[in-house]
Amino acid sequence: MTAQPVLEVRRVTKHFGAVKALTEVDFRLERGEIHALCGENGAGKSTLMNIIAGVLQPNDGEVLVDGAPVKIASPAIAQTLGIGLVHQEIALCPDATVAENMFMAATNRRRSPLMNYGALEREAQGVMNRLAPIDVRRKVADLAISSQQLVEIAKALTLDCRVLILDEPTAALTEAEAQALFGIIRDLKAAGISIIYISHRMAEIFSLCDRVTVFRDGRHVVTEKIADVTPDDVVRRMVGREISQLYPPKQAPEMRSDETILSVRDLSDGDRIDNVSFDLKRGEILGIGGLIGSGRTEIAEAICGLRAKSKGEIALRGKPQRIGNYRDAVNAGIVYLSEDRKGSGVFVDLSIAQNISVLDLKTLTGPLGLLNSRAEADLAHDFVRRLGVRMGGIEMPVSSLSGGNQQKVAIAKQLAVRPQVILMDEPTRGIDVGAKSEIHRLLRELAEAGIGIVVISSELPELLGLCDRVLVVREGVIAGELDDREMSEEAVIRLASGVTQTDLIATGRPANVA
Amino acid sequence: MAVDTMVATHAQAPAWKRIGTMREAGLIAIILALGIVMSFASPHFLTFGNMRAMLMSFSVEGIVVVGMTILLIVGGIDLAVGSVVCFAMVLAGSLFLAGVDPWTASLVGILASSMIGMIMGFFVTVVGLNHFITSLAAMVIVRGLCLVITKGTPLSLFTLPASFKAVGQGTFHGVPYVILIFVAVVVLFDFLLRRATAFRKVFYTGSNEKAALYSGIKTKQVKFWVTVLCSTLAGVAGVIYMSRFGAATPTFGVGMELNIIAAAVIGGASLNGGSGTILGAILGIALLSVVTSSLILLDVSVYWQDMIKGCILLAAVSIDHLLHKRKAA
Repeated sequence: MTAQPVLEVRRVTKHFGAVKALTEVDFRLERGEIHALCGENGAGKSTLMNIIAGVLQPNDGEVLVDGAPVKIASPAIAQTLGIGLVHQEIALCPDATVAENMFMAATNRRRSPLMNYGALEREAQGVMNRLAPIDVRRKVADLAISSQQLVEIAKALTLDCRVLILDEPTAALTEAEAQALFGIIRDLKAAGISIIYISHRMAEIFSLCDRVTVFRDGRHVVTEKIADVTPDDVVRRMVGREISQLYPPKQAPEMRSDETILSVRDLSDGDRIDNVSFDLKRGEILGIGGLIGSGRTEIAEAICGLRAKSKGEIALRGKPQRIGNYRDAVNAGIVYLSEDRKGSGVFVDLSIAQNISVLDLKTLTGPLGLLNSRAEADLAHDFVRRLGVRMGGIEMPVSSLSGGNQQKVAIAKQLAVRPQVILMDEPTRGIDVGAKSEIHRLLRELAEAGIGIVVISSELPELLGLCDRVLVVREGVIAGELDDREMSEEAVIRLASGVTQTDLIATGRPANVA
Repeated sequence: MAVDTMVATHAQAPAWKRIGTMREAGLIAIILALGIVMSFASPHFLTFGNMRAMLMSFSVEGIVVVGMTILLIVGGIDLAVGSVVCFAMVLAGSLFLAGVDPWTASLVGILASSMIGMIMGFFVTVVGLNHFITSLAAMVIVRGLCLVITKGTPLSLFTLPASFKAVGQGTFHGVPYVILIFVAVVVLFDFLLRRATAFRKVFYTGSNEKAALYSGIKTKQVKFWVTVLCSTLAGVAGVIYMSRFGAATPTFGVGMELNIIAAAVIGGASLNGGSGTILGAILGIALLSVVTSSLILLDVSVYWQDMIKGCILLAAVSIDHLLHKRKAA
């Protein structure tokens, strides 16, 4: 690759107030390469991408496209330069159709004053079909999160870009969807498009990318050919310290208990889930895997009263429970951590203390219906310390925290009511490696302390690395159960998708990083 | 992107703490500055009589602003408050004229206002309409009710007993009862909003309804009762107006809702829910009141006044938004 880089960033500095987000960063993207960008949350990856895409302006340094310095003053200019960015967060118009959303940016550049909806839909469907069979006439609001993420990607594909930036594109995707996306990324590369690929998932980076650049604390640490490094090297450089083990040790065989904490029998909602039964034993972390939309989340919602059930029994330590709404579940000691952290997990503009206390208001309330603010502060301090939340103060809004710390606050909120069972939906989605392993360690400690932990995850390494036992859900029923010895990515995918072993070999993703 | 700006706010922790109080300090500064300018511009501004008149004029509206602020915090809005104020007034007035004791008539007026809140609450929480549309319809319907009750003509209530007129016109050691009631309402709800668990749920619901629901908060109930509270306070204001004016006019309070919403928003309540303070909202209505008083003293034509007030609203909210944005960046 001796030719001129398609995109080059030289000594770029960006600060927000007194905080330096980027310090004299250099970055080169060669033509037709897939270049991974790694770093913990807050390392400056997204800031750099926003500078390249015209969302932010650097304080110092320059950006060159095809060797010529350019000033990318707005996203529209980035588009004319052929730079497309797929944001990590979904930014679609929920009330417009998939097709309209896909061509939002492209429409902006059209000359014709009138829309040709027929052509728009045909073209959109053509692009969409390469990714997934989603009807482009559907409204975005009616789609699941993973499908919305695919629309976000399809939207970038409609622009004729030479540089495509993907910021954690697979965070909300299932294995199969991710595989389809990787196929497209490889096609784009073959067509000469250069791609910047931001991800926390080492397996993806090592199967897909040509080179990797690591950022730490707003500085460029290293750029290497993928062939010359190991996942461990990359992780070590990201965190600046040795991570001896990415996952905490599993439950020792002699520690296994026969004591059942949560028992679910014949749980059905007459719609998405059918006759789900399982037991959660003391001290174990039980994983629930399956494709998105398979009914994993619905099982958790039905258990804790957020979804009406048509039949089924739930017992806690042998005692049958009547759970009609979420309040009943909390009172019984079952709490649920939603997969959609910002949408339904935390109150981003309220303080950390107010977030932690929300489930526990009853015990914090005095005889006159007044909140005991000192007790509330004590509670918050206690959990912030125990969970290692890094923050400026408990009165600060949750929006001031990084994703990992927001998630810790969400977990603290659940722990504040001293639950017996915690159901966690995607507990580490979009969280950097360091915070992720802290949360995993925390879950293990909680399990050892006798709290029942159920983890729903789309990330296979997480299910396999963290859980003692995994249930796989397919189309609303439990397709199978895997214990520690039977667990493998292949076994989970096989159960989740219902395919035979031979079908699967073709997709062959590299093994677990850990 | 978001992550990096988050880190930025993180580092400025102490500044964040002060933002809430800074907004209120800013409003006080603007009000004082305007007061100083006016005291030079008009000899009548800084007189006891004018001060008292100004305080009186926004005291009753201030009671409505309290309810509106709480409703804005929960993410709602009520365009019907002006109509409800009038409704409580004409209902109590006509009952009195029909021979009902004025205190009982007032209580009925207030309870009937609560009923209107309940009906709106029903449409919002059970039927599932939004606050804007529901209260827009209620605004027109209730105004129509006022015209039906009065047959379109103002009710003259000069026969109200002195003991009842005292509520709106009398004083206690020189302080008008109206101001005392206003201060009591403000202090009570400011305290409740900061300390009471029930009102904390208002913030949770307004900040993120789904998360509140997932936290076991009965968000529909919260929205219902806050809607009722807002209408009830409007009813309270209505009967105070009746006592004060000794009359009940079916066109009273037309356009009042805009003043009330403007005051709450100037005071920092967000139309998206989740934030707002009573103190801020009261300063908001005080500012509007000082402006109105100034315009009158300066002999500015009535035709210009609304336009000027609208511009002030736009300016106040813009300045605040820009300050906020700079602080957050």
